[in-house]
Amino acid sequence: MSKLEEQKLPDKLPDSLLEREFEIEELKSRPEDTIVSQELTINIGPHHPSTHGVFRAIMDMDGEIITRIEPVIGHLHRCFEKIAENRSYAQFMPFTDRMDYTSAMLNGWAYAMAVEKLAGIQVPERAEYLRVIAGELNRAISHLMTYTFSGLEAGAVTPFFWWFEERDKLLDLFEEIAGARMTFNYARIGGVSGDAPDGWFDRVRDFIKTLRSNLDEYYKLLFGNYIFKKRMKGIGVISAEEAIRLGITGPCLRASGVNYDVRKADPYSIYPRFDFEVPISYKGDNYDRMYMRFLELQQSLRIVEQALDQIPDGPIMAEGVPRLVCPPPGEVYAHVESSRGALGYYIVSDGSPKPYRVKIQAPSFGNLQAFTSMVVNNYFADVIMIFGTFDPCFGEVDR
Amino acid sequence: MLSSAELLNFANSHGIPLWAMDAFIAALIALGLFAAMGLGFMVQVYMERKVSAGLQLRYGPIYVGPKGSLQLVADALKFITKEDVFPSSAEPWIFRLAPVVMFAAAFLGLLVLPFGPGLVAKDLNVGLIYVLAIPSIGVAGVIMAGFGSKNRYAILGSLRAAAQMISYEVPRSLSLIGIIMIAGTMRLSSIVDGQGIWYIFLQPLGFLVFFVATMAELNRTPFDLAESESEYVNGYHTEYSGMRFGFFFFAEYMSLFAAALLTAVLFLGGWHGPGPVILAPVWLLIKVFGVIYVLMWVRWTFPRFRIDQVMDLGWKVLLPMALVNILVTGIIMSV
Repeated sequence: MSKLEEQKLPDKLPDSLLEREFEIEELKSRPEDTIVSQELTINIGPHHPSTHGVFRAIMDMDGEIITRIEPVIGHLHRCFEKIAENRSYAQFMPFTDRMDYTSAMLNGWAYAMAVEKLAGIQVPERAEYLRVIAGELNRAISHLMTYTFSGLEAGAVTPFFWWFEERDKLLDLFEEIAGARMTFNYARIGGVSGDAPDGWFDRVRDFIKTLRSNLDEYYKLLFGNYIFKKRMKGIGVISAEEAIRLGITGPCLRASGVNYDVRKADPYSIYPRFDFEVPISYKGDNYDRMYMRFLELQQSLRIVEQALDQIPDGPIMAEGVPRLVCPPPGEVYAHVESSRGALGYYIVSDGSPKPYRVKIQAPSFGNLQAFTSMVVNNYFADVIMIFGTFDPCFGEVDR
Repeated sequence: MLSSAELLNFANSHGIPLWAMDAFIAALIALGLFAAMGLGFMVQVYMERKVSAGLQLRYGPIYVGPKGSLQLVADALKFITKEDVFPSSAEPWIFRLAPVVMFAAAFLGLLVLPFGPGLVAKDLNVGLIYVLAIPSIGVAGVIMAGFGSKNRYAILGSLRAAAQMISYEVPRSLSLIGIIMIAGTMRLSSIVDGQGIWYIFLQPLGFLVFFVATMAELNRTPFDLAESESEYVNGYHTEYSGMRFGFFFFAEYMSLFAAALLTAVLFLGGWHGPGPVILAPVWLLIKVFGVIYVLMWVRWTFPRFRIDQVMDLGWKVLLPMALVNILVTGIIMSV
């Protein structure tokens, strides 16, 4: 008890759940016959096995049910937006990979697209196709990760290890074109950094073929499992209106029945040339959110196959792109459909070699907001699952 | 082996008091069991690692010893040499005693389990009740670990474990009533002797209930709520490290072995198998490791239930099934 007595209470406590911790300590010093019943405050994270990075949440629990949540973000804040203001346009490219590191290809692409739009650079055909192939493959593997990771959260460890096999094969392919295995830095302002080596397209075809044939097994392993369905169906339901109000994008929005995919709603790059569908569901529960990802993954593979058929020869970098890009003064917003939702870059240029302001609209951030509003009155185990289906990437949330 | 009469004579002629003789024999049996369990522990951990690795497209341990088989020795060395981390807010005695209670409960459960014809420490006439009752004391260890470490994850995890283990104790015990009715005895060796036809064929429903309840008792996926790593980090042993954790680990595999042995003895014909009697323990071990393999297979394939679903399954599905099993067995026996 000596430690408790030493602890001095501050004069004014912040209005947060942390306050209650002090209350509990205070209650301990009361006479022994005072019985106090209080909800248990539990702290999750920032280094917790299932927080997808460094999310921290302080939760009140009534038995196994969450009654209140206070999220704490910012543990991975690296000032990327400020860093962007102090580098040239091209120098910021590697930083984009470190935001949503599970779909780094799409991040770089979004940034490159914004700068190209601002500077009026026309990207050659072949580079666009390479971006689509790399981006869609990355989306496919990122969706598969989210799917298998939800298995991990539900206690099924094996699918996640299977995923590593697919991922490693894909990383081998990416290594051939980009030279890196995690932070690819593949997109360039006006093109891509490397052309596909000989036989690369065939290897991509083989990869797609094996992934397709394995998908059946992945499906059976989790979606086909009674326990997994029981854990996912009807849990964490969010309506379409609510989803729009909270700013959810991506597969989580489409699971609630809103047909919004940036690739269709505001076609960019060469997407109008491809024949693909945007899967939609209407229940908006955990199961649907995950199932949307599984269907989208297959559409991604379809797009890559079409792109492989259509890809023309030609340069991979636009001609006449200066080493130091100085876009004319102005502002631009460019967005892509990242694997987690609509990822937007808003860039303001003052005509100098450095951007005046770069604002990143990260899909994970909006999705995380929705998560915190849905937690209350759910089982703790379900909260973890809901978190998994929203799958925020904390490199992107904190930036 | 010496018969008890010879031992008595030996004790009398050398002036050794009877209690000393008893204590010596008990210590000898305990040591033998401990050695056997230590060996079994090594085999099981190696097997678990290799089985999970096989299911997960990995190699598992490959470096220490031939094909990584001595990995556990390296782990044990690590456990022993690790700093004994003791949380400052923990209740000292409860925290320290919890692994011992877990270990002792699991170890005592082995006393009545036969490893072969006559190969049993104490062939009790109520062996079945003993083997169901004594390992259940382990739940006290779980609660002690949770409350002793004064960690909220640990407390919640231990409460879950206690609720689950106590709930599944009921259908697990009831599922064996059918066997007691058929065999007419609770002595485990007599139950094995009575299995002309394996009881798994006579008691399929009983086996199903027993097997599922066993999984829950062992806290293995899909019932690993006590240590659900994605929720309560490590459940009741979150604060334990080093050799203290090692004890939990050892106790876990010991109860796994005991449960598999019990399953083999009760349902899979025990040591019955073709060939001479000398092969009986071999047959038993094959069956035991077969059961262990199935348990591991399930563990590394299935997701886990939610706590309310676990309770529902225990009380609303398994318990009625066990009761129906008793009813059906009774009707068939009386007809």
